[in-house]
Amino acid sequence: MSQVLYIPRDSVALSLGADELALAVSAEARRRRIDLQLVRNSSRGLFWLEPLLEVHTPEGRVGYGPVAPADVAGLFDAGFLRGGEHPLCQGIVDDLPYLKRQQRLTFARAGLTDPLSLSDYLAHQGFVGLRRALSMSAAEIVAAVTDSGLRGRGGAAFPAGIKWQTVRTTEARRKYVVCNADEGDSGTFADRMLMEGDPFALIEGMTIAALAVGAGEGYIYVRSEYPQAYRTLCQAVDLATAAGYLGADILGGGRGFELHVRKAAGSYVCGEETAMLESLEGKRGMVRAKPPLPAVHGLFGCPSIINNVITLASVPVILARGADFYRGFGLGRSRGTLPLQLGGNVRHGGLIELAFGTTLRELIDEFGGGTESGRPLRAVQVGGPLGSYLPASLLDVPIDYEALAQIGGVLGHGGVVVFDDSVDMAQQARFAMEFCALESCGKCTPCRIGATRGVELVDSIIAGQQRERQTGLLRDLCATMLDGSLCAMGGMTPYPVLSALDHFPEDFARPSARRAG
Amino acid sequence: MTDTLPEADAQSVEAAILAHGTQPGALLPLLHAVQDRLGHIPPPAVTRIAAALNLSRAEVHGVVSYYHHFRERPCGRHLLEICRAEACQARGARELEAHVRRRLGCDFHQTSGEGVSLEPVYCLGLCATGPAIAIDGQAFSRVSAAVFDALRARHL
Repeated sequence: MSQVLYIPRDSVALSLGADELALAVSAEARRRRIDLQLVRNSSRGLFWLEPLLEVHTPEGRVGYGPVAPADVAGLFDAGFLRGGEHPLCQGIVDDLPYLKRQQRLTFARAGLTDPLSLSDYLAHQGFVGLRRALSMSAAEIVAAVTDSGLRGRGGAAFPAGIKWQTVRTTEARRKYVVCNADEGDSGTFADRMLMEGDPFALIEGMTIAALAVGAGEGYIYVRSEYPQAYRTLCQAVDLATAAGYLGADILGGGRGFELHVRKAAGSYVCGEETAMLESLEGKRGMVRAKPPLPAVHGLFGCPSIINNVITLASVPVILARGADFYRGFGLGRSRGTLPLQLGGNVRHGGLIELAFGTTLRELIDEFGGGTESGRPLRAVQVGGPLGSYLPASLLDVPIDYEALAQIGGVLGHGGVVVFDDSVDMAQQARFAMEFCALESCGKCTPCRIGATRGVELVDSIIAGQQRERQTGLLRDLCATMLDGSLCAMGGMTPYPVLSALDHFPEDFARPSARRAG
Repeated sequence: MTDTLPEADAQSVEAAILAHGTQPGALLPLLHAVQDRLGHIPPPAVTRIAAALNLSRAEVHGVVSYYHHFRERPCGRHLLEICRAEACQARGARELEAHVRRRLGCDFHQTSGEGVSLEPVYCLGLCATGPAIAIDGQAFSRVSAAVFDALRARHL
C-alpha cells in the first residue's frame, strides 16, 4: 500500500518553496523505489512551520517543518514515513497546543483535506448544511442565520440575518448573492486561506444564501493579488457545477444557482461594498452614496446579499449543526467564532480561530510567542490599515466588537499586526495618510483632499515645523475626515493616525535631525 | 505609440471581446484577458473595446487608469512587486525596499537598466512570513536582502 504524505499548496507554503519540496520528495521516493501518494492539502495555518510536511501514521498525522528540499534525504533516512524522529519533527499535528486550543468551526477542514477533492469535502461534513437548507423554507434559513448571531466578518459586523431578511422580502425578478473576497487589509489572510484551502465551503455558503433569498446568480469578487485563490475557486466552481451542487438544478431540488468568479484589479477601496458593485458592473470603483442599500438596490440594480468570505463560509456549519450550536460560542453581542490572523513581527504567526472573548494579550503571548525579533512589543494594529494602533498597556481588552470600540479600536476583519520597539509611529501615521491618498476613490472631498493634506501635516510635524500648531490642524483634519467621508476609507484613516498621536506622542516630538531615514 | 495594433495583437483583442464582451459588467474581465495576452492595454485596444461595449473611449480609459493592476504601457522583461503594507513593514519591508532600489538602481514605477519593472503592492496575504514580494506573479516570502539577491540571480 502506498504511503500518504501531505504538502500544502496554500500561498504561504508556496511562497516558501512548497512546490520545490514536493518535487524533491517525489524524486527521492523514486530513487528509493518507495510508492508515495502525495496529497497537496492546504495550510493548517501554523505559518512558522511552512512548508509543513505531514505523513499519515496509525497514531495520526505527524508533521515536519519547516522543510527545505535539502532536508528531504535526511528525512527519508530518519524514517519519516513512519513518523521517525528528526530535528524538524513536530509530533502529531492535531496535538500541537496551537491547534488544540482553537475552536475551529469555519476552518474545521483547513489543512486536512485536498481543497479540490469533493470526496474529501463530503467525508468531512461537506454539503450537510446545504442538504438541510434544501429541506427548509427560505424564511426558516434566514431565521437560522439570524438566531445564530452571525455578524458580517468583513469588518462592519452587521447582523447577517437582518441583511438576508431585507433581500428576501424585497420583491424582484432577479436577485444576487455577492461574495466580497477583496481582502485588502494588511495583516489579514483568512479569506485567502479559506478560498485556497476550502473553496467548497464558500460555494456551499453562497448556495444556501441563494436559497434563502431566491437568488439565481452569484459573484465572487477576488482580489488580483490572490492568484492562487482565484485559480482554486475557478476549478472548485467547475467541479461543483459538474457534480450538481451548482447550476440549473441543485441536487435535484428544482432550484438553480449559477456562480461566477470575478478578478478584481488592485483597488483597495473596492473592498467597500458599493465600490465593489461598481467594479463588478465594469466601472471605476467609486463608492456609492447609501441609501439605497445594496440589499434593495445592489448589483445591476437588483436586491443583493453582499457578505464577506468568512461570513458566507460560516453559514454551512450553522445550518448543519444549528443556530444554537454556533451561538453557544462567544459573548455579548459577538457570537460564534472569529478566525483571527496574527502577523507582523511575531514568532508564531498564523490563523487562530477562537470564540470571541480571548484577550489580545493571550493571543499574542500564548499563541504568538512574542515578537520574532525578540525585542519588546511596542504597538499592535488591529483591524487592518484603517484600524487603531494599540500600545502594550491596552492589550488586556477582550477580542469582541464592542469591547474594542470602547477603547477606540476596531476589530475589523480580525487582523492583528505586531510591531516591536524599532517602529517609528510617526512614520506609521504618515503611511496611513499616504495609503489613503493612494487608494481614495476620489468621490468625497474629505478623503480625496484630506489624505494628501494629512501626509503634508505629518511631514511637517516630523520635520519639527510649528509642531503644536500642525498637530492641532492634523487633529482637526482627522475630525473632518471622520465625520465627513462617504465611506470607511476616509472615515477610518484617522483611527491609525489619531491612535498613534494619542498613545505614542513621543514619536512625533523627536528632534528632527536625529530621526533616521 | 501607434494607432493600429499588430495583426496578432488585434486578433487577441477580438478573441477577448468574443469571449467576454456579452457578459454583464464585461469590462474588467475583458481588460484582464487583453492584458494577460498582450502584457498591457495599448490605446488602440481601448478604442476597439469601447466600440464593442458601446462605451466612450473616455469611459474605458477611465477604468484602465483607475485600477492599479492595469497598464497602458508595457512593463520590463520582469515585473517585481514588493509588499509595502503594515504587516510586512513590521518585518523589515522598509529596509528591503531600500535594498532593492539600490540593487536595481531604480525607484517604484520605474524599470531598471536590466529590464525589471518595480511596483509596490499592498498586501499579498503573506502577513506572518513577510517581507513578501512577487516576481512575475509568483510570490516569495521571508525575503531578506540576502534572499532577494539569490532570487534576483535566479529569476531576474
